[in-house]
Amino acid sequence: MSGLQWFNALSAGAAPVAGLPASLKVADGVLGEQAVRFIAVVPDAANRFPRARQGEVGLLEGWGLAKAVDEAIASGDQRPIIAIVDVPSQAYGRREEALGIHQALAGAADSYARARLAGHPVIALLVGKAMSGAFLAHGYQANRLIALRDPGVMVHAMGKASAARVTLRSVEELEALAASVPPMAYDIDSYASLGLLWETLTVSQIEQPTADDLARVSDCLVQAIKDIQNSGVRDLRGRLGAVNRAASSHVRELLREQW
Amino acid sequence: METLSFEFPAGQPPKGRALVGCVGSGDLEVLLEPGTAGTLNIQVQTSVNGAEQRWQHLFQRLFQEQTPPALNIQIHDFGATPGVVRLRLEQGFEELGHD
Amino acid sequence: MTDLLNRHSFVELGARQRAKALLDAGSYRELIDPFQRVMSPWLSRQGVVPQADDGVVIAKGTLDGLPVVIAAIEGNFQGGSLGEVGGAKIAGALELAAEDNRNGIPTRAVLLLETGGVRLQEANLGLAAIADIHAAIVDLRQYQPVIGVVAGSVGCFGGMSIAAGLCSYLLVTREARLGLNGPQVIEQEAGLEEYDSRDRPFIWSLTGGEQRFNSGLADRYVADDVAQIRQQISELLQQGLPATQRSRQADYYLARLAELDAAPQIEPATVRDLYQGERS
Repeated sequence: MSGLQWFNALSAGAAPVAGLPASLKVADGVLGEQAVRFIAVVPDAANRFPRARQGEVGLLEGWGLAKAVDEAIASGDQRPIIAIVDVPSQAYGRREEALGIHQALAGAADSYARARLAGHPVIALLVGKAMSGAFLAHGYQANRLIALRDPGVMVHAMGKASAARVTLRSVEELEALAASVPPMAYDIDSYASLGLLWETLTVSQIEQPTADDLARVSDCLVQAIKDIQNSGVRDLRGRLGAVNRAASSHVRELLREQW
Repeated sequence: METLSFEFPAGQPPKGRALVGCVGSGDLEVLLEPGTAGTLNIQVQTSVNGAEQRWQHLFQRLFQEQTPPALNIQIHDFGATPGVVRLRLEQGFEELGHD
Repeated sequence: MTDLLNRHSFVELGARQRAKALLDAGSYRELIDPFQRVMSPWLSRQGVVPQADDGVVIAKGTLDGLPVVIAAIEGNFQGGSLGEVGGAKIAGALELAAEDNRNGIPTRAVLLLETGGVRLQEANLGLAAIADIHAAIVDLRQYQPVIGVVAGSVGCFGGMSIAAGLCSYLLVTREARLGLNGPQVIEQEAGLEEYDSRDRPFIWSLTGGEQRFNSGLADRYVADDVAQIRQQISELLQQGLPATQRSRQADYYLARLAELDAAPQIEPATVRDLYQGERS
């Protein structure tokens, strides 16, 4: 529930945006002196789609995120967009596959990417799980990724149990491997070593942010917005450069030489 | 997974290089490139452990029929049977001949 | 039957052969070819045999005279999964194609998608690369079409199904499957009653190429034939950018989903009716 807590804390006093699925929390608020749009995906026990009731990103969430971001783009003011990320997974279900959940998630990724290209500073604040397709749809297109340093904050392509089964390993074997292979690890420090995060922050109460926690995170978001605006860079090149992601840079250099 | 190395007497290096196969189930990838005159070097990376003797025999049989060209061969094996290995190597030699 | 005999299967071709078959004769030029051995830095240390091209072929050339870059995924290597190197090859190629366009060179892109998505041995680096691919498609798509092809037999899943959803146009065959989650993962997460991963007709009826085309989630439905697939890609390239991008139709899809009675379990015909309306 960190996502909802952080959304409520950051957007206190902000105007909620209506006309979106109940599983989306969207509000236009202020950070520093800047008007921003906050967006979070939250559990909705009454979700019409039963496989998307626990905060998963499903059909309504994917298209709803697209709509929420498109509205911000349409405002024409390049307001920063803050994606508060606490998404346990994409929705796994028959209805979802049949109705093209991949297309709904593409809608969300499309809108976030276009907002970034249109000059909106887009920031993803990771306060809980940021898993796989759910993260691709909600957060991974941001100019800057900021994570809270907490065992509950993790980025991954697949949950441990499923990943073990798919790779024909036991969970214990998987964990042992993850300890020596940074991209396979589930902890946020290993993830940080890949160079994908702009900042990690320690807070005292991730589930119920204190005034200090809120001030620290707000300040970091304001710094990130300034950093994006000052850089003028609208693509994702800022994520390259870490030793543990050296091949990603090397491949790009070779492609450019041979292009 | 195991990495193995083999060396055999060879003739002259060919002009071209060739790639055949794929690291798919029961298949292998073979990269053939010109080597030093007189020597055929083979490096095998295989998913099947403990099969060094089998590779040795397979190569020996293949190269005693005809002296191979001087090559550096790299093999990425994903559990191919000896028949498939032989087929891929023959394909590779044939492709070299085309260049 | 003569038609069948004259066909050359595209599905049976490997990634490199597919790229060669699509480009104009003599125009094929591969970037970071396998002899450069830019391989996964993560597989060998986990005891997994790597492939010299990491399962991705990047080729430049022309298609009926138009400048294109093709990114072809080899479905037979690790299920077409994307790791750091293969993912960076695709993202980097798309980034350079967008840069070409900003410099006045109208490079288009064709993605041959046979992939289960993220390679779990490189988990977070695969996921990050797929986010880069999404970003690059949306960027390039501003200038020139990006065409996705799901021919089969692996299909297109995971984060790369989202990439397929971002393409300007999507071309599928009867062998194609397109979905976010692989059948086994859904069965595991949601149970056999929700999704029987061994029931192939059921899976194809929901996620197969024909159903995706008839539901408006793909733009072309083509026979498994090299010449016909090439012809369709060429037509789409000539056509230029689509009037409306499928991934930009949030209002349309939200309105359709609002009409759906989501309580009963879904049938393929329901999806066709819901999304195509008057066309079905």
